[in-house]
Parts: sequence; structure tokens; C-alpha cells
Amino acid sequence: MALLVDKLRPRTLDALSYHPELSDRLRSLAHSGDFPHLLVYGPSGAGKKTRVIATLKELYGPGVEKIKIDARVFQTTSNRKLEFNIVSSVYHLEITPADVGTYDRVVVQELLKEVAQTQQVDLSAKQRFKVVVINEADHLTRDAQAALRRTMEKYSPNLRLILLANSTSNIIAPIRSRTLLVRVAAPTESDICSALHLAGKKEGWTESEVLNKRIAKESGRNLRRALLMFESIYAQNEKVTDKTLIPPPDWEALITLTADEILAERSPARLLHVRARLYDLLTHCIPPTTILKTLTFKLVARVDDALKPDVIKWSAFYEHRIKLGSKVIFHLEAFVAKFMRIYESYLMGMDF
Amino acid sequence: MAASFFNNKARAAAIASSSSKPKAGDNKEDSSRLQPWVEKYRPKTLDDVAAQDHTTNVLQRTLQASNVNHPAPNTWNNEITPTSSLTCSSTDPPGTGKTSTILALAKSLFGPALYRSRILELNASDERGIGIVRDKVKNFARAQLTQPTGLDAAYRAQYPCPPFKIIILDEADSMTQDAQSALRRTMETYSRITRFCLVCNYVTRIIEPLASRCSKFRFKMLDTSAAGERIGNIAEQEGLQLEDGVIDTLIRCGDGDLRRAITYLQSAARLVGATKPPAAKDADDDAEMTDVGSNSSVITVRSIEEIAGVLPDNILDSLVEAMQPKSGGSVYEAVSGVITDLVADGWSATQLVGQLYRRVVFNEAIPDIQKNKIVMLFSEMDKRLVDGSDEHLSMLDLTLRIAGVLRGN
Repeated sequence: MALLVDKLRPRTLDALSYHPELSDRLRSLAHSGDFPHLLVYGPSGAGKKTRVIATLKELYGPGVEKIKIDARVFQTTSNRKLEFNIVSSVYHLEITPADVGTYDRVVVQELLKEVAQTQQVDLSAKQRFKVVVINEADHLTRDAQAALRRTMEKYSPNLRLILLANSTSNIIAPIRSRTLLVRVAAPTESDICSALHLAGKKEGWTESEVLNKRIAKESGRNLRRALLMFESIYAQNEKVTDKTLIPPPDWEALITLTADEILAERSPARLLHVRARLYDLLTHCIPPTTILKTLTFKLVARVDDALKPDVIKWSAFYEHRIKLGSKVIFHLEAFVAKFMRIYESYLMGMDF
Repeated sequence: MAASFFNNKARAAAIASSSSKPKAGDNKEDSSRLQPWVEKYRPKTLDDVAAQDHTTNVLQRTLQASNVNHPAPNTWNNEITPTSSLTCSSTDPPGTGKTSTILALAKSLFGPALYRSRILELNASDERGIGIVRDKVKNFARAQLTQPTGLDAAYRAQYPCPPFKIIILDEADSMTQDAQSALRRTMETYSRITRFCLVCNYVTRIIEPLASRCSKFRFKMLDTSAAGERIGNIAEQEGLQLEDGVIDTLIRCGDGDLRRAITYLQSAARLVGATKPPAAKDADDDAEMTDVGSNSSVITVRSIEEIAGVLPDNILDSLVEAMQPKSGGSVYEAVSGVITDLVADGWSATQLVGQLYRRVVFNEAIPDIQKNKIVMLFSEMDKRLVDGSDEHLSMLDLTLRIAGVLRGN
């Protein structure tokens, strides 16, 4: 049985429930015959991928839904072999070059060239070009992006690229200026509510409007997360009422607990204790940025107003360090220690 | 023809008329529609190059000189000013017309018949290591000139066809030191039959021995009126209808980079042209819409800003408003609310930093001493974003700290 998120994912542009202007625009682009390279960006859970797939269907018809997964082997210049998965249909390919880390340039160059140099074989195909969808384009290295640059111009008769990214900040300017930027904003809370309402109706679940609103608020305007929460609530409870608790994910519960502990006692012994918790989170593959951010917002909500800018300042500072440094636990711990210090001095009325 | 022999303007007009002739037929039209406008509207002659008067004047004179001395090619060789030319702009943004100028020069020197055999153009995306310099560049440089047959006197009158080849190395500052040193000797040995032209953004990245072998041309930043005229031209030729202020917006979003501005214009035209057909179908009674050619919808300022990813003013206003010191309590709630929405709407942090900077620094109401502190914050934040820090935290930190400075501590 598939999850709600996958089962109810809209398959066509008409089925999309929010951002109607954007859907119109994508539809007319697909029909115009002069389809540009696209750079689709927006926060996660906003529906970027759904829109791209719907656009592809608009471009090529139902053929794009017959997909297969290939494992390809690429060889780097230093003779290292890379295994790389490609999801493809007759008309399009979907790749996540960030999977192979710093070797993404090799994959981008070889694969795209290969695709670009072969023409569309199927004569009955609606379009002459193939589409390559690149996931997580903002995680591409500079080299790989520079390699894309020339490919985009040279092979434009046979190839169109659709880049998916969370933010345009990490995408180099030459790429940005060669693509049509499409911003997909996160759905508003009322959009989420209506999506949940639809989902509930399709599944035949008794639902409560108040709960839907609470889920929408809790999800932080992330539709995927909202749907997952929605499903898990109905899986766990026999009867759902307005007051049913929304169970937070385990890791979030743990971070909340950690925040409580930090606020309750500021001492080296407690720091050691917190350290164990942080390690616990890290070993469960929670990204360090997520840990730091969640912890910060939990802490900020509970300290005095005067202290808030400082907490944010140090949080941003150590987040930067995490990105530059190599061992994340140092920086997470340093943030906790710093927080304890400023909180303690604030309580004691000292200037910090 | 003889009258226009010394007259570059007339010659340019002749080229323009001759090059516009073969543009007939459906196939050609189709390919030109798919072509980026940046390529389509690249200046064809030196006169077309916008706003680089000093450089084009010198080059024009070179052209003229080559023309005068044309009957005696040998003396010509010694007299022509640049042995090799180095076009550069030291701190300017890209898109000021360096490549365009040199291509226009090459075209007006050789004309279409000789262009392929006399020009070698390499840019950064081609492999340009030391191997290529030793192999491809050197081979091209030492090849003897071919005298094409079938060039009549009229062609020679139109194009001077000087007896040398030109190698254009675009984006030369990204060549390795080794590759550059390998060029040194090649440049001198074959200077009789080959001229080099290096184009770069930073002249300091060209090694000294190379730089000293070249005469340098500096390109200044495009001024807004010239750029605006150019964009207006293109819009006219493409039959676009622009709302008032669109051109200004394009130039502002392009930051002095004409190429970027033109690309934005093309994207906007695509969107407007693309959204049009269904609209026309829906409203068949709207007769004027369907009458006025294919790209008749109006391009608005907002659509340009949306394509460039520019934040709308009202969002910035609310952010600036939230940052103002409040009489009671902290600004945290207001600021974090705005920032959370910004992140959820998917606006890019770099864009926010840029626009906020302009807002704050040019705001007369903020005392200079505070601006000093704020500018330092911007510098730090830009570095963080380049390092790939989390955008939400960084934006929140920046705005809260600016609010702190505004409050006066």
C-alpha cells in the first residue's frame, strides 16, 4: 500500500490544487513548442517535483509515466568506478548528481553529452527534444555547473534541462541567466487544509476541521509533511477528534527534551549529558543543520525577548562553522555551551 | 563603390544590407526563433557596438589604416598598431561588449567568405590546457594563409582582408599559467601571419610577459542610456509591447550586464507570448488581441521582476517596517514572522541581501555611524551565504542584527 503522499499525488497540471497561475503558465509553455530550460525553485514540500512531472506529461502525453531504473557505471579520470542510478522513460531522464558527491562533473558531462548527441528516435513523439530533470541542482559543485553551461547552449536542439533546487543562491549566475526561473512558493495554510480535506474525503475518513488547521500550522507550510502527519494520526488513533494529539517525530521530541534540559540546568555535567543526546541524533542521520535549527527555535521560544537576537546570532554563527568545518559535534556542542553561558549571565544580570 | 571605399559607415551599411538578405525561408526563421537573442542581436559591425566609443574609435582607425595600406601588404604589417590586442575590463561586470566588439571587428575585417579560415575562436568551455595551446593553437598559428579564389573587387572593397589570421581567446583569465606561458613564444614567432586577441575580465590574471606583448583596450561599464536604447531596439524588432518603465527595470535587474538584461527580456517575451494563446481562445470576442501579430501582449514590470527573481517592494516594505525599533519589547516576533514567510515563499537569500542593502544604505534617515556598522553585517552575511550556510538562520540573524543597530546598541 502506498503512502497518501504518493497515492494522491496529482498527475496532471489540471489536478494541481493551488498556484493556478503557475499551472497556466507551465501549460502554455509546454504547448508553445519553444520550451526553455527551466530552473524550478522553492522550499521542500511545495510541490516542485509534482509540477515538473505534470508538465512533462503535458509535453509528451502519458508515455512519461512508464519509467524504469537503470544503474550505470561511470569511470572517473582516476579510474574510480561510480555507480549511478538513472530514472528514465522514453522521453525523459531524471538524475540526482549530488549522489556521487564531488564526481558529479563526470556524470553531468558524460551523461548529458550522450543524451544530447542522440536524436529522438520515436518519430511519433510530440517533441523533438528530450528532457533531463536534475534534482538537487543547488548541491551541484561549481565544476559541474560550469560544465552544464556550455552543454545548455550547444545541444539545445536535442535537450532541455529542468533543474530543481531549494534556493537559487548556490546556482552560478551564468546558469541562472540561461534558464527561465520558476518560483514555487509553499502552499498557504488554507491550501494545506483543503488538500487534507480532499485526502480525507477520498479515503473515507471522518475528519475534524480544527485538527486539519492544527496540522497545517504544525507542518510549517510543507504539504508533504502535513500529509504524512495526517496519515500517521489516522493510523494511530481509532477515533479522531478535535483534541487528538499530533505526535511529533521522534527526533523532534528528543530535541524538545534536550532544550528543556539545557534551560533547566547550566553546568558542565549537563553539557556532557546533552552531548550524548546530540550524538544520538547524529547517529540517526538527522542533518546537523536541522538539529541546530530546531534546537534554536525551541530555545528561542522560551527565553526572554532581549536575549533572542543573541541566540539567533550565535546559532547562525555556529551553523556557518558547521558548513566550513569537518566535525559537526564540536560546533553543536559549542553552540550549547555558548547558549548556556549567555543565558546564565543574563539570569545573573551580568553583561555578556 | 569606390566612393565608399574609405567610408566605414557606408561599408557597415553595405554589410548590414548584404547580411540581411539571406534571412528568408521558413527554416531559417524557425532556427532564429530558437536562437538566444543575445546571439541574434550581437552587433554585426563596430558601429553597432554600444557605448564603448574610445575603444571602437581606435579600432575603427585601425581598420581605416589597414584599408589605406592595403595595396602594399608588407609595409602594412609594420605599421598597424596592435601586434596583438588584449581586450580587457578590470573590474567591470560581464556583458559590457568585449566579445561582441572583437567579433564585430573580425567580421568587418574578413567578411563571410574568409571568416571561417582566418578566425579561430576558443572560449573557456573548450579544453584549453597547455596541450591545446601547443597543438591546436600553434598549428593554426603557423598555417600559411590561403588565398581564396573567386573574391571579386567588390568584396575586397567591402572588407579589407588583411593578410593575417586572428586567434581569439575568450575568457583568457581562466587559462592556466602554464598555458599562458606556452603562448608567449608562439605569439612572437608567427606574428607575421597571426594575431592574437585575448579577452578577459581581470587583466591582472594575465601573466606579465603576455600582457606586455599586447596593446590593451579597457571597456567601461555600459551607461544606462546606451543600454536602454539597445534594449528598446531589440524590443521593437521583435514586435514586443513594453509597459512604461520596463526598460529601466531590465537595466536595474541586469546590473549593467546587457547580456543578462536581454536574456530576461527574452524570457519575459516567451512567457507573455506563451500565456497568450489560451487567453485568446477564451475570449474570442476580444478582436484586437488576435489581430496584432503573434507577440502582442504587453510585458509588465512585474513580470520582469518575477523572472529576475526580484522581491516585490511590498514584502521589503513589511520587512523594513518590522525592523524598526518598537517602543515596547522586542522586534523578534515581527521580524521572524516576515522571514519565515519569505523562506516559505522561496525567495532567494542572496537576492534579499542585495535588495535590503540598497534599501538600507541609500536610506537618508539612517545616521552614517549606524550605516557603518550595518555594512559590516552585510559583508559577513554575504560570505556566509557563499559558504552555503542555512538561509533561514542567516537571514534572521542579519535582520535582527540590523534591527539591533537601528535601535542604537
